[in-house]
This record gives sequence, structure tokens and C-alpha cells, in this order.
Amino acid sequence: MSGFLIRRLLQAVVLLFIVSMIGFAILHLAPGGPLSQFAASGDMTQADLDRLSAQLGLDRPLPVQYVEWLRRLLGGDWGVSYRDQQPVLTIIAAHIGPTLELMLSSTLLAMLLGAWIGILGAVRRYSLFDSLATIGAMIALSIPTFWFGLVIIYVFSVGLGWLPAGNRFTVGDGSFLNRLHHLIGPCIVLALVSTAVWSRYMRSSMLEVINQDYIRTARAKGLPERYILVRHALRNALLPMITITGLHVPTLLSGALVTETVFTWPGMGRLFLDSINYRDYPTVMGILMLTAILVLLGSLIADVLYGIADPRIERYGQ
Amino acid sequence: MGSALPAMRRRDFLSLSAAGIAASIGFGARAQSGAAVPPPPKERRGQVVVGLSQEPKSFNPLMPGVEVDEVVWTSVFSCLWMAHPDGTFVPDLAVALPSEENGGIAEGGLVWTVKLREGVVWHDGTPFTAEDVKYSLELIMAPGFKSRTRVGHDLVRDIVVKGPHEISWRMERAFAPYLAQLANTQIVPKHILSKADDPNTAAFNGSPIGTGPFRWSERRPGDSITLVANERYHGDGPYLEGVVLKYIPDMTALYAQFRTGQVDFVPISGIPANYYDEATKLPGRKVAVAPSGNIEVIMPNLEHPAFAEKAVRQALYASINKEAIVDALYYGVPKPTESYSPRESWAYNPDLPKHEYDLAKANQLLDEAGWKRGGRGIREKNGNRLEFDLSTTTGNALREQCQQLMMQDWQQIGVAIKINNMPGAVIWGDFYVRSQFQALLVGTAFRTGVDPDPAPRFASDAIPVKGGSGGNYMQWVNAEADKLMKEGQITFNQEKRKEIYFKVQEIVREELPILPLFQYAPLEGIKEGLIGYRPNINQRQNAWNMGTWYWAR
Repeated sequence: MSGFLIRRLLQAVVLLFIVSMIGFAILHLAPGGPLSQFAASGDMTQADLDRLSAQLGLDRPLPVQYVEWLRRLLGGDWGVSYRDQQPVLTIIAAHIGPTLELMLSSTLLAMLLGAWIGILGAVRRYSLFDSLATIGAMIALSIPTFWFGLVIIYVFSVGLGWLPAGNRFTVGDGSFLNRLHHLIGPCIVLALVSTAVWSRYMRSSMLEVINQDYIRTARAKGLPERYILVRHALRNALLPMITITGLHVPTLLSGALVTETVFTWPGMGRLFLDSINYRDYPTVMGILMLTAILVLLGSLIADVLYGIADPRIERYGQ
Repeated sequence: MGSALPAMRRRDFLSLSAAGIAASIGFGARAQSGAAVPPPPKERRGQVVVGLSQEPKSFNPLMPGVEVDEVVWTSVFSCLWMAHPDGTFVPDLAVALPSEENGGIAEGGLVWTVKLREGVVWHDGTPFTAEDVKYSLELIMAPGFKSRTRVGHDLVRDIVVKGPHEISWRMERAFAPYLAQLANTQIVPKHILSKADDPNTAAFNGSPIGTGPFRWSERRPGDSITLVANERYHGDGPYLEGVVLKYIPDMTALYAQFRTGQVDFVPISGIPANYYDEATKLPGRKVAVAPSGNIEVIMPNLEHPAFAEKAVRQALYASINKEAIVDALYYGVPKPTESYSPRESWAYNPDLPKHEYDLAKANQLLDEAGWKRGGRGIREKNGNRLEFDLSTTTGNALREQCQQLMMQDWQQIGVAIKINNMPGAVIWGDFYVRSQFQALLVGTAFRTGVDPDPAPRFASDAIPVKGGSGGNYMQWVNAEADKLMKEGQITFNQEKRKEIYFKVQEIVREELPILPLFQYAPLEGIKEGLIGYRPNINQRQNAWNMGTWYWAR
């Protein structure tokens, strides 16, 4: 196990290095730069723009800029945002809380709901419920999030006045109930798509297990159906879900770009989008590296957990 | 006028002339029933939630920032004097505006002396003195400091503190726009910033301390900024307990929050034009057509063979159906213009020749200039075809439709264009500042800060690709305009400057280094009962005077 871990960690370091290089190159080679927003307004002269470019070090060759950035990163310095004039880690820390709040609640909702729909659909395959769930999932997957978000706002906020039209809480009122009230809208939108995804995975995973010989054996032994489903089928069907959960971990922190924008949720997704728009190189690179680390970490944890949950996997791996 | 607005048709409203403009600008100060404006409350009360589609992030007012950042700057900081909507400068940290008459500006504009207000204190209680002014002006020019702009400041020499409340300096050469530049230069506290290791990354930049009507309270990144009343403010107000700047990135979501009442005021990007009709009918909400200093223009690259000739530019201009663009695409909201100057500016020339949509005249102009129709009906001359790329930022549906209208019209006079749009960050990069475009459809300002001097955009020594330091990206060279603009910079008498800029506008209208389309007029939304809103083209945003705002009840 430890050999496996060390091998995976080494791979991860190499991968991170490659990700940083590609990310840095693409970001800097994209036309425009952090100063183009000032050029647009016509308020700053070219002399001012050229001076700022030199002060930010943007006039140096790209490889020099990359090596300098990497040297600082290895020394623990993630850089200072061009737009905020604050350390990148401080900025990320300020945005990660709201994202975690939104993503955890919507993921939890989607997992529970999705698992339930998926299991029921598999057990009563081709029933009316299964057909409706399948159609519903297809619709949910096809609906553009931004559109659905706006519909929710127009129906429940503007029309009925039941839900706030966005924000994390009312200014001056940060109570738990107020926050919960604000969470409903974006949570429903995010959960809609994820529920569809989770239910489909759960259904197919369950179907696979349900037709195995040992389930038939259990039935032949005369065990009660509920007992078979929970003790024999579900436990095995949940195995593939560990991998999916592991791969889902990064999105918990990288946030939901579209939903955060529509519901004015001050999270990571919006920070990323804004930073790209401003060509705020240090912040974009910071978020990119953090996400890459989380992806690698997520899949590593999933693999380890899988080995623990199903001892056969580890045996095959050695 | 306010209550009559929803009942009126849009076109009627917009065709109201000077009186209408005055009324629409002043409407915020009117009570709903046409009764007298209620006086400011005796005790501070209430707060205003300002909805912004970009997040304010740059809080050191001497460092680079955009319009939303200036909402923070004008609320938290003060300048020596304040630019009001009519273009006058009203003393703020200064006691009086220096002029040649009162001796504040002497030796033909080379020596400036400013007397400062006494009894002003920073938000932390430290008294404000001339040392702060000296420090601010010197910081702008400090070698490593990432200052926003050094225009004008780079001419300042030998700053002398003559007493705790008097300062003077010498100018390398006379530069009249410096008055306006100082109206947009916030003074920062020496006692805090001078102690920082590096002013670029000082803690101050994340929690600013100023002398303005509001104090910094709290920032929730990605969400909001809270400012609270400065009880010791030296000027009028503040009458509100506080101001919340709320960041709502999606324009539709922002409008929805204005509708539901979560947001009281929507400045800068404002309300999308397609919601204009609906918004004017909302109960308890008002919509102002707020003038902006930005002008939408076609910016040709004059080094491109198609644009080198004046006749071509005039023909292109005559075949733009401006009325259709403004009325059909922009819901009749902005006003067509012939000038690069906003019409509210004191330097605006109202007597420029009116644009006429005349395809026959355009064809005639090109015929006379020797452009003959060749293959596919496209005109040619000396081996050059009359075709070019027209670029603008992607994702702006109105501009894209505008391009198509122009394409159709220009086709009829034998001009072919290719639409080549790119994201904003690309357009405003080297493509723009290194004059790599052929023609652009842009909205931009042609002045020096808030001074009407257009030299940074039109002077021949302001062409970056030719080593200049300004923003003359169309690469226009005109000796007469150069001479006039130089004269304008050393003339301090506003009447005389006005004459000069009238002439510059005549030349620009004749030579067409830019084809002016219309002056931007963002639709700003404001809740009824909020008093004090005064759109101001001499500031870069209309929350400039929030210290004097209050709720009617």
C-alpha cells in the first residue's frame, strides 16, 4: 500500500508541474493582458500603460516570467493579485467558504435524492416511476443551468416573492434562517443536474448487481427482498459510486461558475471567471493549481477508499 | 416630471430638448408629487444599497482602477476640489480654487499655490495637513509605485509646504488640464502610507482611510463592501448611516434585484436597454437616462489604405444610418452626436454640421475621388480595394447588429467589410494600443481625465506605434489641430479654451479621424424617495456625491 501511495504521489507532482506549465503558457499567450481593461476606457495614456507593464514584470520574456513564478510558488509565495493587490491565497480563502456551503448542501441533496431515485428505478425497472425518472433525468441534464436559474428567479423571486433573487444573505441580517432562505434557489438549480447524474449512475450500478448470481442465490434462500436489496445489492452497487464521489471532490471547492453568477453567490467559480476576464494571472494560476491538486487528491483518495471497501481490488493491484 | 414619466412614450421623453435633459438630470431631487424637495434629515438615517455589475477591488485611489473602484474612492476620500455637473470645480480639501485672478496660479501657469481647509481629520482622527498633499503628489511620481496616471503630475516640481495648511509647487510648463486632473486625484494619508514597507502592497490598500463622507467598514470579497457615515466629515452630509456596495455580476440578475427592491441604486452599467420600457413602469422605481463621457464611434486606422483619404471617411459617414441604429437597436435611448465631446461638457460645440444619411451623396463623393467599381461591385483605386475588417468586442449583441446595418449600407456604396470580432481582453490589448486593427466599433472617451483637452487622443505626438505616449490609436496627424490643442493646454481662461476646443471639434468633424455615432447614455435605476442623485459627466461615475444623499421619509 505504501509503495502504491509513493508511486501515485510522485506521478502527481510530475502532473502538477506539467499542468502549471501548460496553464501558464496558455494564459499568457491568450491575447490581451491585465492592462487592456484600462486601455479600453481611454483614461490612461500609453506612457502610463507601458510603465505599469514594466512594473508588473509583464515586459519580460515568458519563460523568465514562468521560472520566476514557479520559484516563488515553491517558496510558498502564490503571488499578489493584479486586481486586488492582495495575496492570492488570501483571496482564495475568502471565496472558498461560500462555495463549500453551496456545493456541500447541493451535493448532499443530490446524492440522497439521486440514490433513492436510482435504486427505486433499478428495482422497478421499466415501471412508470422508472420511465418518468429517466425522462426527468434527460430533461434535467438538457436544461441550461443559467436559464433554469433565471426561471427560478423570475418565478419564485420576482413573481411569487417567496425566495430572494440572489445573494448569500440580506445585508445586515446574517442569521441562519436568512442564509438558508438564500441557499434554496441556487441549491435547487445545482441539485437538479447532479440528481439526474447521480440517479443514472446509481440505477445502472444497481441494475448490474441485481442480476448477479449471488442475488438470485439469496432470493432462492428465501431471504426477504428488503434484506437482499440493502445487505447484498446496495453495498456492492455503492462501490463504483466511491470513484464518482472522489472525482466530484474538486468541484466542491472550484465552485459552480454559472449558478454562482446568476445567483450572485460570492464563490470560487465567480472569482475564477472574473480573474480570467481581468487577466489577473496570479489569481487564475492560483485557482488552477489548487483545482489540479484537488483533482489528483480526489482520485487518489477514491482509489485508496476503493481498496479498503473492496479488498479484491487491492489484491489485484499487487 | 418623475411621476409623468411612465405614462409618456419613450420617444416623447427622449425628444424633450434642453428642458427635458435638465429635468431628467434633476429629477432625483424632486419629490414624487411635484412638491418641494424635502430637506435633509436632522439625524442620519437609513442606508443605500448600490448594485454594481463589476466588483470594486482596487481601494488605493492612486493605483489603477476602473469606474466601480471610483465609487469607493469618491465616498471614502476627498480631492482638493470636486468637479460638479456643470463643469465648475468646488473647493473640497482646498479653501479656494486657485486661479490667475486670485493669484493661486501665477507666472503664466508655472507657479501654483493652494490654501487648504483647516479642521479636516482623517477617519482615524489624525489631522489632515499640507504634508499629506505633498506626500500624495510625490507618491504618484515615486519610481516603484504603480500609480494610475502621471499625466500632469509629471510636470510638478519643487513641492513646498508653506505652512500646515498651505502648499505650493512649480510646473515644468503651463498645463491647464491639471486643475481637472487634481479634481480626480484623491489625497492619501501620509501618516499611514509612509510607514508601509511598500505602498504597492500596504495593508491600507485593503482597508483605506480617507477624509471623505464615508468610512471603510467591512469587505466581503466577491459579495459586498460596507461603508459607514463619517461623523467628523468636513463637508455637507453624510445624511445616510451607511452605504452597501453590492456586487451582482449578471446584468439580468442585477435588474431583478432592483425590481424586487433588494438594490436601491444601479449605476454605471445600469439597466439593460431591453428592460427600459418595463423599468419605467415599475412602481416605486425611477430610471434615469444618465449622460456618459463615452462616445460610440467607428475608429478607422488611418494608415490603412482605405481610410487614408478624407473623401472615403466622409462617404462612409454619410452612409451610416445613425437614426436606425439609435432607434431600432438602442431603443432610442442614446443621443446621436457629431462631436467627440459629451454634450454636457462646457467645451461641447453644439453647432457642428448635422449628419445626413445620404447614399447618393456618398456614392458621388467616392466617384469624384476616383474610386471605381470593380469586381463584385467593390470600389478600387490604384490597386487598393475599398474593403476592411470591422472589429468590436464579442458578446455584445447590439454592436453586432449595428455592424450588420453598416455592412448593408456600405455594400450599396461599393465598400466591403468583414466582421472580425474578438473578446474584450483581446481587442483592448495590442490589437488596440499598437494600432493593429483596421476599423473598430468602440465606445471610449476623448479627453484628459475629466478635462475636455483631447490631446491624448488626437495629437500627432500621441501615437503609440510611432513612439508617442497618448492614445491616438487611429494615427491621426493634423498640424492645425495640434497647434490648437497645445494652445488649449496653456490657456487658463475657460472662455478662451472653449473657443479653441470649438475649433478642434470643427476640424475633427470635417476630417473625421473618428466617425461619431452617439453619446453613451446608461440607464441608471434609482428607488423613489432617494434624494440627491445628480448625474455628472465630470466624474467617472454617478455615485460621486453620495455624502449628500438621503431618504425622503
